[in-house]
Amino acid sequence: MTVKEIFDTMDYGPAPESAGDALAWIVDQGSRFGMYINGDWTAARGEFHSRNPANGETLADLTQAIPSEIDDAVAAARAAQPGWAGLGGHGRARYLYAIARLLQKHSRLFAVLETLDNGKPIRESRDIDIPLAQRHFYYHAGMAQLMAAELPGREAHGVCGQIIPWNFPLLMLAWKIAPALAAGNTVVLKPAEYTSLTALLFADICTQAGLPRGVVNIVTGDGEVGEALVSHPGIDKVAFTGSTPVGRAIRTATAGSGKALTLELGGKSPYIVFEDADIDSAIEGLVDAIWFNQGQVCCAGSRLIVQEGIAETFHSRLRARMDKLRMGNPLDKCIDVGAIVDPVQLQTISKMVDSNTSGEIYRANVELPSEGCFYPPTLITGLHPSDALMQDEIFGPVLVGTTFRTPEEAVQIANNTRYGLAATLWSENINVALDIAPKLAAGVVWINGTNMFDAAAGFGGVRESGFGREGGWEGMSAYTRPGGKADKLEEVIAFKGDAGPSDPLDRTAKLYVGGKQARPDGGYSRGVHGPEGALLGHVSLANRKDVRNAVEAAKGAASWGATTGHLRAQILYYIAENLSARADEFANRIEALTGRKDGAREVQAAISRLFTYGAWADKFDGQVHNVPIRAVALAMREPVGVIGALCDDAQPLLGLVSVIGPAMAMGNRTVMVASEAFPLAATDFYQILETSDVPGGVVNILTGSHGELAKTLADHMDVDAVWSFSSSDLSGAIERGAAANLKRTWVNNGRKRDWFGAEGEGRAFLDAATEVKNIWVPYGA
Amino acid sequence: MATKTKAKDDTTHLPQTFEPRNPGMALDLDWVLGVHANRSAIERRAATLPGRRSVKKDHQAAWLCRAISCIDLTTLSGDDTEGRVRRLCAKARQPVRADILQELGMEGLTTGAVCVYHDMVPTAVRALEGSNIPVAAVSTGFPAGLSPFNLRVAEIHASVEAGAREIDIVISRRHVLQGNWQALYDEMRAFRAACGEAHVKAILATGELGTLKNVARASLVCMMAGADFIKTSTGKESVNATLPVSLVMIRAIRDYHQRTGVRVGYKPAGGISKAKDSLTYLALMKDELGDRWLQPDLFRFGASSLLGDIERQLEHHVTGRYSASHRHAIG
Repeated sequence: MTVKEIFDTMDYGPAPESAGDALAWIVDQGSRFGMYINGDWTAARGEFHSRNPANGETLADLTQAIPSEIDDAVAAARAAQPGWAGLGGHGRARYLYAIARLLQKHSRLFAVLETLDNGKPIRESRDIDIPLAQRHFYYHAGMAQLMAAELPGREAHGVCGQIIPWNFPLLMLAWKIAPALAAGNTVVLKPAEYTSLTALLFADICTQAGLPRGVVNIVTGDGEVGEALVSHPGIDKVAFTGSTPVGRAIRTATAGSGKALTLELGGKSPYIVFEDADIDSAIEGLVDAIWFNQGQVCCAGSRLIVQEGIAETFHSRLRARMDKLRMGNPLDKCIDVGAIVDPVQLQTISKMVDSNTSGEIYRANVELPSEGCFYPPTLITGLHPSDALMQDEIFGPVLVGTTFRTPEEAVQIANNTRYGLAATLWSENINVALDIAPKLAAGVVWINGTNMFDAAAGFGGVRESGFGREGGWEGMSAYTRPGGKADKLEEVIAFKGDAGPSDPLDRTAKLYVGGKQARPDGGYSRGVHGPEGALLGHVSLANRKDVRNAVEAAKGAASWGATTGHLRAQILYYIAENLSARADEFANRIEALTGRKDGAREVQAAISRLFTYGAWADKFDGQVHNVPIRAVALAMREPVGVIGALCDDAQPLLGLVSVIGPAMAMGNRTVMVASEAFPLAATDFYQILETSDVPGGVVNILTGSHGELAKTLADHMDVDAVWSFSSSDLSGAIERGAAANLKRTWVNNGRKRDWFGAEGEGRAFLDAATEVKNIWVPYGA
Repeated sequence: MATKTKAKDDTTHLPQTFEPRNPGMALDLDWVLGVHANRSAIERRAATLPGRRSVKKDHQAAWLCRAISCIDLTTLSGDDTEGRVRRLCAKARQPVRADILQELGMEGLTTGAVCVYHDMVPTAVRALEGSNIPVAAVSTGFPAGLSPFNLRVAEIHASVEAGAREIDIVISRRHVLQGNWQALYDEMRAFRAACGEAHVKAILATGELGTLKNVARASLVCMMAGADFIKTSTGKESVNATLPVSLVMIRAIRDYHQRTGVRVGYKPAGGISKAKDSLTYLALMKDELGDRWLQPDLFRFGASSLLGDIERQLEHHVTGRYSASHRHAIG
């Protein structure tokens, strides 16, 4: 075409970024890669290919890790860990800073390599992925520097096994490695088999930074390697980003192992547009929501929920916008939508869309490249929550949508999902926006914007989108644990006996469900005996139906979460007041049950504990994160929801109150399973609850077998978290059961906790009783 | 989207298709007041645009030539003289050195118009005689627009009579700031009527409107009142054309076109001085409004120094060597 012809047509023309340097780097490495273990490269075996999805060409041959190599990597990390942690915060900060600098120096090489390997547009890798990865290392250099002062008493887990996906290869590596290293952990990381190259280049950077051997190890291969890594006994903490089914498998595989776990999984994130939104901006936002990285984004705004009054114009303007998207060679600087990562993924997307028969489908009127893995931007409107595509994650450039009538209905539709990763809402009305954001079941909410990320703001989900946060102070805590090692917890056995009742007037201890005393569904009770064998009373044996009823009652008390901290404090103090009035009675009961002589001490500790959480109820503040755009990122503390808890057996009152306190203070509802051996203190305690203005359903108390009730609670799909401080060995069973809906778990792994001391209360409990939701609010008059 | 074309015999060399003029419509306050402009989102879109679009090599040269064809080559200074205006007009006729244009195959390229104060209109008209380049006059008490209303209208008449084919009027900013949309509409209607056959560009002086929402609303009201173009600035405000403001105005134009079928033109003015910026603006027009808005009858740059930078880029394109400004004629 001549200049004159172009002058008339005004086409964009090609604007390719050169792949030369990146390809040269691959060739320099022999186009074959071994793995990076203990600072050295293992022999390359060329067992699988890394391909450029835009043209199908093989970029390099990679090596599938074998078990002995994983052993070597874990051993290297283990050997390096004490020295790495021992460097101190400043020592580690220097290395993280050096890595950040080196990433910056080689930024274009990383960007081009990422685009070659993954198929994402060069604009995204150049302007988003790589700068964010650098930012993570800078930010966490600072975290290393501050850790000793700001996270006193916390220490590294040890060796982290990390598995990352193919959609943001280097960025996910940065999200995993930067905080782990900052906290003093060493890592064995496995990149996705489709996209290992930038991780291997990163290994090179580690060498250039002079990072001590073994601190970072990179192993390559498919899911088998990942499986071997997570189940390796030498791993202390597993961090995974990827699909929900794999996350579930990892939860199951690590159950009962004592390994710490964070999971960042799938999503079907709602994108809500209110009638008072800036419609053009909301449409442009969708380009960054669902057509960013070809929609292969776990937090992609993939469910469009538009208010009825503007739906028609919104959809028609959106279709017009879609036609302006440019698709093609991802290395072209003028391309919006690049290649799908692999033919397998392309097939998955096509299959899902083709199987849908509802709604109206619109495919962007754009030119599809003749070769490579491409799928056109697609919009399907007129769907309903009952359509599969409104529920299942497509992980491609396909937006599905429905409409709503009222703000309440918007929330209802948005939350009608098993996932809870991110949510976007558009409204010019601050009242609407700030009312709706906290109501959305999501770990991240973007108001009038979408897909905003920063190292300073935690990212992660609720429900089946996983647990744990990456970024911010909340992300750092996932890579640390309390220092020291607790003693083994001995099982507490109930006393047996055949003596007569100590008090001839029979008192019936029932279950406490929905604010009412309830007889056990099964109609079974057992005698509770003192150490000398005297019958102290009978206690109900709850079964799975009692758990069901208790959870239902707890679910029904959801409004507790919306009460003010002040009110919750008042009620906690009131409970303490009423307990204090009956202190002697409770002290005697504890002594009669346990045979100990410190009943009064336990009661006073329980009263103090209630005061502690009355104090915290209105003081466990969120944060405003310092993100580098004109916005506030509000890190709000929200209640987890319904918490099932198996109480400490040895301290029948203190163990109960130590869980009820933080749970109630933070707005949760609980299903408490009382001390199995000494249940009668808890059944006395519901009388205190009854007289203390605790709304029905906020606290439910069951008695019976921990083993049996733990399983039902862990399996229950409507329970959000299960905690166990039981002296029975339940940790593995609970974590396995929790895999079904990926509920949060906090289990003791058979270790003791000093309920009278500092570890019996405080931030650890408050953290577990809350989820951090990051609400991004950009502003501008 | 059939476009009614009306070839103007005296501008046949311009690759432009003439639209039916915007007849305007009754003031629709529901529409005006229902408009929202989220500043943060608009700024984000504007900030990422230069990174999303790139034109290289021959395409870049062609796009830069297109930018030249859309320039309203402008002088609006208190010290303008007839000599100064004649020099500018000569530059408008021959915006780029002949050898470079020849190399590009773009002989005959001119700027879109020459833009001057009323007193300079006759000089410009004479200097451009036979070139088919229209003369645009800034008017209505430019730049503040605070002279007596009858004089502002009279100024339009005088400029049209003197041969100006385009009139760049300034709106009363106070009408926008006070939310007096009816007054703005009436004023614009009167200006449009006074222009007669001459095309009217409404300068919103966006740097003085306070918010992007005001920019969006003022854009709509001026289009409803019959503006042929909406234009950002006089070049005299402290903030002139910006990408976020342009995005808001362009989206208003799109909205107006979708609802009425009428295409209104856009003219960013002031502050666009780099060749690369002009490419970004063209990409913005292409992506938000479509190719039809890349013609000089629907898109103009109000600029004085932009041309110099484009000339140097074009010489670089032709020779492969970075250029120097003294190698190009001043305007």
